[in-house]
Amino acid sequence: MNRDGEKERRRGVVLGMALWVLALCSPNAVASLDTIIIDKGVDQPIRIAVVPFQVEGELADQSDLSRIIAFDLARSGQFDPLAPEDMLSYPAKAENVYFRDWRILNSAYLVIGSVTAGAEGRIKIAFELYDVAAEQLILSRRLALERGQWRDAAHKISDLVYEEITGVRGAFSTKILYVLAQAVGTSRARFSLEVADADGERARTLFASSEPILSASWSPDGERVAYVSFETGRPSIVLQDIDGPYRERLTNFQGINGSPVFSPDGEQLAMVLSRGGDPEIFIMNLRDRRLRRITRHQAIDTEPSWSPDGQSLIFTSDRGGRPQIYQVALDSNFLERLTFVGDYNARGRMLPDGQHLVFVHRQNGVFHIAWQDLEQDNLRVLTETSLDESPSLAPNGAMLIYATQNQGRGILAVVSIDGRVRYRLPSSSGDVREPSWSPFLADEVVEDGI
Amino acid sequence: MQINNPLSGLLLLMLTALVTAGCSSTATAPVEPQAPVEAAPEVMAPVEMVEEEPSDFASDNRTAIDASGRPISRTFFFDYDKAILEPSDLAALELHAQILRRNADRSIVVEGHCDERGTREYNLALGERRAQAVSSFLLSAGVRPRQIETVSFGEERPQDPGHDSAAWQRNRRAVLNYR
Repeated sequence: MNRDGEKERRRGVVLGMALWVLALCSPNAVASLDTIIIDKGVDQPIRIAVVPFQVEGELADQSDLSRIIAFDLARSGQFDPLAPEDMLSYPAKAENVYFRDWRILNSAYLVIGSVTAGAEGRIKIAFELYDVAAEQLILSRRLALERGQWRDAAHKISDLVYEEITGVRGAFSTKILYVLAQAVGTSRARFSLEVADADGERARTLFASSEPILSASWSPDGERVAYVSFETGRPSIVLQDIDGPYRERLTNFQGINGSPVFSPDGEQLAMVLSRGGDPEIFIMNLRDRRLRRITRHQAIDTEPSWSPDGQSLIFTSDRGGRPQIYQVALDSNFLERLTFVGDYNARGRMLPDGQHLVFVHRQNGVFHIAWQDLEQDNLRVLTETSLDESPSLAPNGAMLIYATQNQGRGILAVVSIDGRVRYRLPSSSGDVREPSWSPFLADEVVEDGI
Repeated sequence: MQINNPLSGLLLLMLTALVTAGCSSTATAPVEPQAPVEAAPEVMAPVEMVEEEPSDFASDNRTAIDASGRPISRTFFFDYDKAILEPSDLAALELHAQILRRNADRSIVVEGHCDERGTREYNLALGERRAQAVSSFLLSAGVRPRQIETVSFGEERPQDPGHDSAAWQRNRRAVLNYR
């Protein structure tokens, strides 16, 4: 494979380019998910006021900044943004801020901002965050952006506000991958791999096929995706650019080619290959495409995932009779079983701290997402719906996105890692499934001075 | 999994198959006399071929049919989380094995499928076990390995898109397709 690697790669690029153009032309390229429905937040969310930004002249109808910021903060479940119509004043500058206006409304924090047109069609945004009780300015930033980056700017501001108040890095500027399946079970079945903002907006199609697509996962730099496609009539693992033309079929062995997951350093890809025998875990070195076999057992071994330090893999195996999650150290091959509660625990993902696990757990015949502390072995069920699967963690470890069903239709949902906050991202077309939350991405919007 | 030892499971199946074949005269009786025909003198071969070929496939050349011209069942259902063939399916599988033995140039793809419960990648593995259960039966019945390819679609290609136990039952299956 590596001898012809260059040729392969070039062919992949050409093929990828064609598909990419096709995807751009597809009528579904702009089909976003529906508006989020927030089901549950914390008991006492923090009241915050995001005042509509003062926007200069002709930019006014394009900007929806304060609404997007308020909604970002609301769906975190930790904030309760004040409706603009309930506000007593609409300051855009420090000299117009009267703290009593906000104390009366019990708003703990206040965000104000303004938008001005800069040189060469660029846009400048200045915003400030105030602590109302302390009557103090706690954050002041300026952003420079292109027209068309309104949403990027809004999510960036949400990230900064969220981190300043909670101490946890915000994940509003991240993206999600998911599979949209339409007319499944008919001859017109269509599967597409979509990438969208974390709030489901601005979805676009990366690849579409009449054959199934599943198990999409991000490279740690957020520039590539690995997934399983049945485009050849049997499964193969595909590597593709998120924004560029590169696309390559990495494996197309006989049997299962599944569960591709990038190592934390991005240089290796864990995967499942059965090659006509039993499914086993392999690691492919992405430089020379060499395969290293990790498991050797007649049971089902599947769904590998890396520990955050890259030193071990967790995976699902039914070697004990029922599917449970195991961990194998990559230097010593030391094997340890991690889950013991219940008779179906699968598709585990480790939290960034390496101390906790989320996975699919069956309880009384119903599939939920569960969380477990690895040291104390205690298990907590996070979801209340059924057929919940494919948990994928936000890069800050605060929330996870998963697939579930609502009135017979596949939808995505998000739950906080403590189970206190939940929201849904419904879709009005087809079944949505196999979500994968991106890592932190390179900033789309740059900061402009201090 | 219940099939911790696939070999012993298979042996059991083979035994069951023999018993089933012995008992069910309707399923196997018309086919059996054809076996000696193949050993007929070579001069006769072209004549025999003309008579024999149409008896294995319908006019589309893809639908395997039995001696009385009826299509042989190609879909085999499984219990939840199991990859063990039902004894009632073995007669049909034996007919497919005979056809594949007689037609060494023909090959099949065996698809394995699951219901939607459980994780997708685990179901890919379970679907492959189902396809392999069919494949193993055919191989031990004398079909050549190169005639069989297995592919698992896990839960991705349901026959019934519903979400109840009736739909799940229809979706836990292996499907045998002639190429």
